[in-house]
Amino acid sequence: MTTLPSQSSPPAWALEIENLRKSYGSGFEALKGIDLKVREGDFFALLGPNGAGKSTILGIVCSLVNKSSGKVRVFGHDIDTDLAAAKLNLGVVPQEFNFNQFEKVFDIVTTQAGYYGIPLSKARESAEHYLKKLGLWEKKDDPARMLSGGMKRRLMIARALVHNPRILILDEPTAGVDIELRRSMWTFLEEMNRNGTTIILTTHYLEEAEALCRNIAIIDHGRIVRHTSKKELLTQLRMETFVLDAEQALTEAPELDGFVTRLDGEGALEVEVEKGQGLNEVFAQLDRKDIRVLSMRTKANRLEELFLRMVEDNNNRRDEEVIQ
Amino acid sequence: MSPSAVLTAFLTIVLREIRRFTRIWPQTLLPPAVTMCLYFVIFGNLIGSRIGPMEGFDYMSFIVPGLIMMAVITNSYSNVVSSFFSMKFQRSIEELLVSPTPNWAILAGYVAGGMARGLGVGVIVTLLSLAFTRLQIHNLPMIVLTVFLTSALFSLGGFINAMLATKFDDISIVPTFILTPLTYLGGVFYSIQMLPDFWRSVSMVNPILYMVNAFRYGILGVSDVNPYVALGMILVFITVLAVVSLRMLQRGKGIRS
Repeated sequence: MTTLPSQSSPPAWALEIENLRKSYGSGFEALKGIDLKVREGDFFALLGPNGAGKSTILGIVCSLVNKSSGKVRVFGHDIDTDLAAAKLNLGVVPQEFNFNQFEKVFDIVTTQAGYYGIPLSKARESAEHYLKKLGLWEKKDDPARMLSGGMKRRLMIARALVHNPRILILDEPTAGVDIELRRSMWTFLEEMNRNGTTIILTTHYLEEAEALCRNIAIIDHGRIVRHTSKKELLTQLRMETFVLDAEQALTEAPELDGFVTRLDGEGALEVEVEKGQGLNEVFAQLDRKDIRVLSMRTKANRLEELFLRMVEDNNNRRDEEVIQ
Repeated sequence: MSPSAVLTAFLTIVLREIRRFTRIWPQTLLPPAVTMCLYFVIFGNLIGSRIGPMEGFDYMSFIVPGLIMMAVITNSYSNVVSSFFSMKFQRSIEELLVSPTPNWAILAGYVAGGMARGLGVGVIVTLLSLAFTRLQIHNLPMIVLTVFLTSALFSLGGFINAMLATKFDDISIVPTFILTPLTYLGGVFYSIQMLPDFWRSVSMVNPILYMVNAFRYGILGVSDVNPYVALGMILVFITVLAVVSLRMLQRGKGIRS
């Protein structure tokens, strides 16, 4: 099992990408010079709309896609000159199920360990550890095709971890997974990260990135639009939407001086609060209107608003470039 | 990876391949056994008894080495082509591609897996043939070398076919339209000495003729070609196909975008 780096030495770069480009035979340029660095021990999210280039980046890092040019280093190991050492540090959970559906769960995991040169006795121990941790031990003798969708996804995580990699790469790990399972996978990934595993994920669920990740890169049309910490990103939000549940069901949104209000589909009141405005003022005005608030939450999710704005800004910039 | 780790990875591939074809034995081991029994009964017993001796041996004894070789060739080839293409199709090949297993170990693993099935079927067919004829051994090293090298060669051929294939049709074209005709015309059922000069010359460009005859020489001591030339040719073919296979793996032909 990997451990966290000592506090005295600065953490190493787990992943370094320099000027990474990928063009396909058709001429389509999927990556247009990506620069990216992920620190050891980080929980990192790569966000972007469909076709932005997220999976292409991960594919190149994992040797599933040939790059056109650029440099990729995994813990300092260049994938051009020291590929095997780079691969030993990586565990990969792809977006699509990519195991032999007819093989038994236990065989899939131990066979993967064998590909990493782990002897069978140790492979069995490691497979048992992760299958138990991911709640699949009871299914170890079942063919993979008999598993539910959520179980198949957990099987891919167990398979990716069986050689105890220092970086775990997950491409849309919770796509199509129900909320309960998604939460349990979050808990598992957070535990892995606490134990020192660097985690890099792509996700469509921005709530997921907001809940789990410390650093974020937003990619659009093959370019990094933003690469910063989640904290830094969220401070850029000028406005936040709060959802208030009133004691008496509201039929129309009350007018509040200085605030934009509306009702959501279930009769709750949504109030847009800009940076610098106080919530006390909202409650004071509601109190004057005899509206008693029972509960309050932020509207999910803040990162999504920011993400959409950045992608929109990027599209506008591209349009301007095309016009010029 | 350390040498012992590479060995572990290689053995993992081989064992997975053996597990695969033994799990589906009614599709992989039983059909060649049944087919060869039919050949022995129909061509060996029923028709063969009317054909008379060939190269000084009764017809059954003459065709047994060729039929064993035919089983080895087709099973070595089809094991690798179907296994590797299935992995491509299901994308489980990515399990190997993300691992540090070197390309040569991946290739060696698949070839060894193909050889395990080809030679396994060869043993089954040989044991079945004992119910129909008495096998002799003229030159054991020649038998062993020929059957091992031929199995390796056609495993490599299956690997290249699987790398190039993009749909299931592509993995049956070569066995159906190239391998089967070459095998049937490769002197399994007849000696090329029976052919007119022109067709005898044409037969000499069929590589399978050399393998069948080298194997027959090991068992019966008769051959239409020089068996040592045949061994040399097999080695040359193996080298060429191995280099081509490794180049394709390094470029990721059909498996990396």
